[in-house]
Amino acid sequence: MIDLKAIEGITNGSEDSLKQYLRALPPVDQVGVEARTAVLATRSIKNASKNWAIDLAIRMVDLTTLEGGDTPGKIKTLAAKAVRPDATDPTVPSVGAICVYNDMVKIARSQLDALGGQHVPVAAVSTAFPSGRASIEVKITDTKDAIAAGAAEIDMVIDRGAFLSGQIGKVYEEIKIIRDVCGDKAHLKVILETGELVTLDNVRKASYLAMLAGADFIKTSTGKISPAATSPVVFVMLEAVRDFYMISGQRIGVKPAGGIRTTKDAIKQLVLVNEVAGPKWLDPSLFRIGASALLNDFLMQRMKMRDGYYSSPNYVTLD
Amino acid sequence: MRIDVMKTYKLFINGQFPRSESGRVYELSDSKGKFLANPAHGSRKDLRDCVVAARAAFSGWNSATAYNRGQILYRIAEIMEGRSEQFVAEIVAQEGVTPAIAKKQVAEAIDTWVWYAGWTDKISVLNGSTNPVAGPYYNFTIPEALGVVAIFANGKPSLLNLVNGLAPVIASGNTAILMASEKFPLSAITLAEALATSDLPAGVINIITGKTEELVSWAGSHMDIDAIDASGLTSKQLKQAQELGAENLKRIHSFDGKASPLRITSFMESKTVWHPVGI
Amino acid sequence: MSNFEYAPAPESTAIVDIKSEYGLFINGKFVAPKSGKRFTTINPATEEVLAKVAYADLADVNLAVTAARSAFTKVWSKMPAAERGKYLFRIARILQERAREFAVLESLDNGKPIRESRDTDIPLAAAHFFYHAGWADKLEHAGMGNNPKPYGVAGQIIPWNFPMLMLAWKVAPALATGNTVVLKPAETTPLTALLFAEVCQQAGLPAGVVNIVTGDGVTGSHIVNHPGIDKIAFTGSTGVGKAIAKAVAGTKKSVTLELGGKAANIVYEDAPIDEAVEGIINGIFFNQGHVCCAGSRLLVQENFADELLEKLKRRMSLIRVGNPLDKNTDLGAINSASQLARIREISDSGDLEGAERWSPACNLPQKGFWYPPTIFTGVSQSHRIAREEIFGPVLSVLTFRTPQEAIEKANNTPYGLSAGVWTDKGSKILWTAQRLRAGVIWANTFNKFDPTSPFGGYKESGWGREGGRHGLAGYLKAGK
Repeated sequence: MIDLKAIEGITNGSEDSLKQYLRALPPVDQVGVEARTAVLATRSIKNASKNWAIDLAIRMVDLTTLEGGDTPGKIKTLAAKAVRPDATDPTVPSVGAICVYNDMVKIARSQLDALGGQHVPVAAVSTAFPSGRASIEVKITDTKDAIAAGAAEIDMVIDRGAFLSGQIGKVYEEIKIIRDVCGDKAHLKVILETGELVTLDNVRKASYLAMLAGADFIKTSTGKISPAATSPVVFVMLEAVRDFYMISGQRIGVKPAGGIRTTKDAIKQLVLVNEVAGPKWLDPSLFRIGASALLNDFLMQRMKMRDGYYSSPNYVTLD
Repeated sequence: MRIDVMKTYKLFINGQFPRSESGRVYELSDSKGKFLANPAHGSRKDLRDCVVAARAAFSGWNSATAYNRGQILYRIAEIMEGRSEQFVAEIVAQEGVTPAIAKKQVAEAIDTWVWYAGWTDKISVLNGSTNPVAGPYYNFTIPEALGVVAIFANGKPSLLNLVNGLAPVIASGNTAILMASEKFPLSAITLAEALATSDLPAGVINIITGKTEELVSWAGSHMDIDAIDASGLTSKQLKQAQELGAENLKRIHSFDGKASPLRITSFMESKTVWHPVGI
Repeated sequence: MSNFEYAPAPESTAIVDIKSEYGLFINGKFVAPKSGKRFTTINPATEEVLAKVAYADLADVNLAVTAARSAFTKVWSKMPAAERGKYLFRIARILQERAREFAVLESLDNGKPIRESRDTDIPLAAAHFFYHAGWADKLEHAGMGNNPKPYGVAGQIIPWNFPMLMLAWKVAPALATGNTVVLKPAETTPLTALLFAEVCQQAGLPAGVVNIVTGDGVTGSHIVNHPGIDKIAFTGSTGVGKAIAKAVAGTKKSVTLELGGKAANIVYEDAPIDEAVEGIINGIFFNQGHVCCAGSRLLVQENFADELLEKLKRRMSLIRVGNPLDKNTDLGAINSASQLARIREISDSGDLEGAERWSPACNLPQKGFWYPPTIFTGVSQSHRIAREEIFGPVLSVLTFRTPQEAIEKANNTPYGLSAGVWTDKGSKILWTAQRLRAGVIWANTFNKFDPTSPFGGYKESGWGREGGRHGLAGYLKAGK
């Protein structure tokens, strides 16, 4: 949990002071960021480094299902997969969390507990996910419900309409309110939905806004909008948490979500973390990857690294 | 009978008409061997003063708008038109040609200014480009004046060659030091008088008369001269200029008498600018 | 393993077949040198000998020039331009096919990181041939009159910093415009040029159109002084460039020169700071700083210099120095012992003159030639490290207070090859770009190259341009 005291004093929280603060942030040059991420994407991670990275990445996965068609059965199998991703190999660590809709929190929690997965938290998407188009009262209730049901992590969405129309204060206030609702019971991840903010300048500004309002994590996307967790977006967010640490002494986490489907993609993300925010962020407490299909690719890669030949999707379970 | 008032032919440096600091002159005869004038025998220090003046004038002239430079070149033509008779008389005296031929030369010289006046705001289109690089960058190349150019004008046709040398060099924004032909310097000085009464800023064109042999070695070795129009040099003098000019990699070019945009671009650099395209 | 240490990821060298000994490539064939002499080329990262290479003396250069002349008069100048172009297209394609082989060989012989030879040098070399191939039958539109003519035999002397790319910059336009070539690669990096000779053979290029003579500066001077050479194209130091200019004085030889630089990289307070830091890194540490257009003088606005330098130092500490063939290496080996000595000598003068040196902690390999990424702060214009081209991974940091002062300092050098400017303000970019006396201005980027983009310097950084339409002018006599 971040120390809100440390953040107070950077701005006084008024819309004017926030606007002034965001306006004074250095601009981002999109092409320069893309060029840098393209170079970092060529990092070649082999052998022991790859094994290490895969197991770390598994521990960072927020194993996610966010479908209208989610059922208790679906949630139960997801919980089982989260605790023991590979039933045949006990050396595979549990994932970082499972991420579900509000009404599935309770069943997810009880199922995890039943399977010996007390250490795996449940994250709930909140605040009228994915659009965020509801009154603050609804958002508060949404969040309270999830926490009461056992969610230890809240993935809230910001009001992108407010952000894009310049109502910076409204975005900030909502995050603060949800932060208060979470209190010390739940970790707060703030979803910026960067695919709707479009520019990297906006990504930088929204990242700071969320951090100033008390986010524990800043998260790229809902997974419902494309593009989602592109390397340039994650890169800019990692720069933001790095520089925010220099200002406040607070380490804020980053969670890319959406579009990360292969081990290669995930390892590229870890390279970004390593070379932008720094090794301190290579920890599930400061970096998560929102994904579903990705986990099975990790397992197949793990088999390949262990056995020396490529596995088949037939050997990993579809949960 | 009235006694003519003879003209003292002096140098033209930074808009002024000084005598050579050396106090030297040399005797010039007409085509029939009769005394014509005592033009200044320019010294190394005179040349240095020319370079200082040309360098100082460069930034202003180079940053003037192309439209403005075009109007000033055209203004030079206007002023020359009014002094046609004097140019004709000097050409007849120096070159020993008929007044009709001299008149034609003056007309051509004036028209050459007009031709180059029209180039000032078009040369970038001719020699500039946008370059379709393989990446998210806007990339363009523009020609730019390169600085201070020393011009060795060829002898005959004496006036036309001066203009052929000067007009393309200053059209783009360079400043110039004209080394008048040793044998036919009078048109150069009269041209200077036309320039002085046009709108040309001081120092953009400086004119020195004297011994070509000396001027080649001084100009060739001067490190603040960026380029040489060597059209008026013998092959031996050219070699000397090239050897000396290598020390600061002067751009040295020679031309035939024809007016051409290549004469402008030969004394320009190309600058290429890259910028990312993004949001 | 507690940290994310990247395990070694070396590119395999199995793809290249380095011969123990190479001849000269004259008239379409590899021939033993008349000189009877050979010299060795080494891997600068390990000091291991890679191959023995033929040394061309005057007799060998004579043969090469004769072959080039004969190919020019009998074959190349008579061939329809479109057919000439097709040979260049073929070469471009073969370079793409054999790109990995070229990249590995380049990194072995030069010491540059495989990432750069693989992603920059070799793809750009192929692109240069592809671009110029298309010009071959369009020269009447090149702005050189209706019927421009080639000079004849071009003598081309290239440096060791981008061996294959500089070969392409020279050979592609020469061939496209109808000239034939005698090329001398640098003494320390001849191998990719010799592999290129094989490409010429595979492409079926007529014998004598491209001749490659290996050797040293003396070999180069035989080319420069040869009466059978019509055109000289040189890339290298300003000192040698001046000597060439002197040597050809009074001859009819046309000359283009791409020489040294001491580029200013101007960073204003309103720059996109993180990308500016990347640009500074790319500007001076790309190719170990062995780049004539390297952004070797950082001019940073004084009021935010501390912030920028903090970020720069942090970023420098991430630079991975080591085995050039490791795919994760950012900074490879210095090309030669003599270059390393030169870098040391000038850098040491920075210490003596009172500048403050900083390098991140890095373990340099025991064998080979290495220099850590280095910056000097507290540098003034008069310091040698601010005036002389170091040609290594050494950055001099100076400050300025106003845009005018930035321009004055940037232009206060006899060089004028390139410059950088970083600001988010469009009008200030153009204001600055207009005033910088340099042939290439990178605004909010640095060290970008493209065959369509003219490259070359003002002042003592050279004569002429390479690339784009402007580059063709160096190989064509204007038509009537």
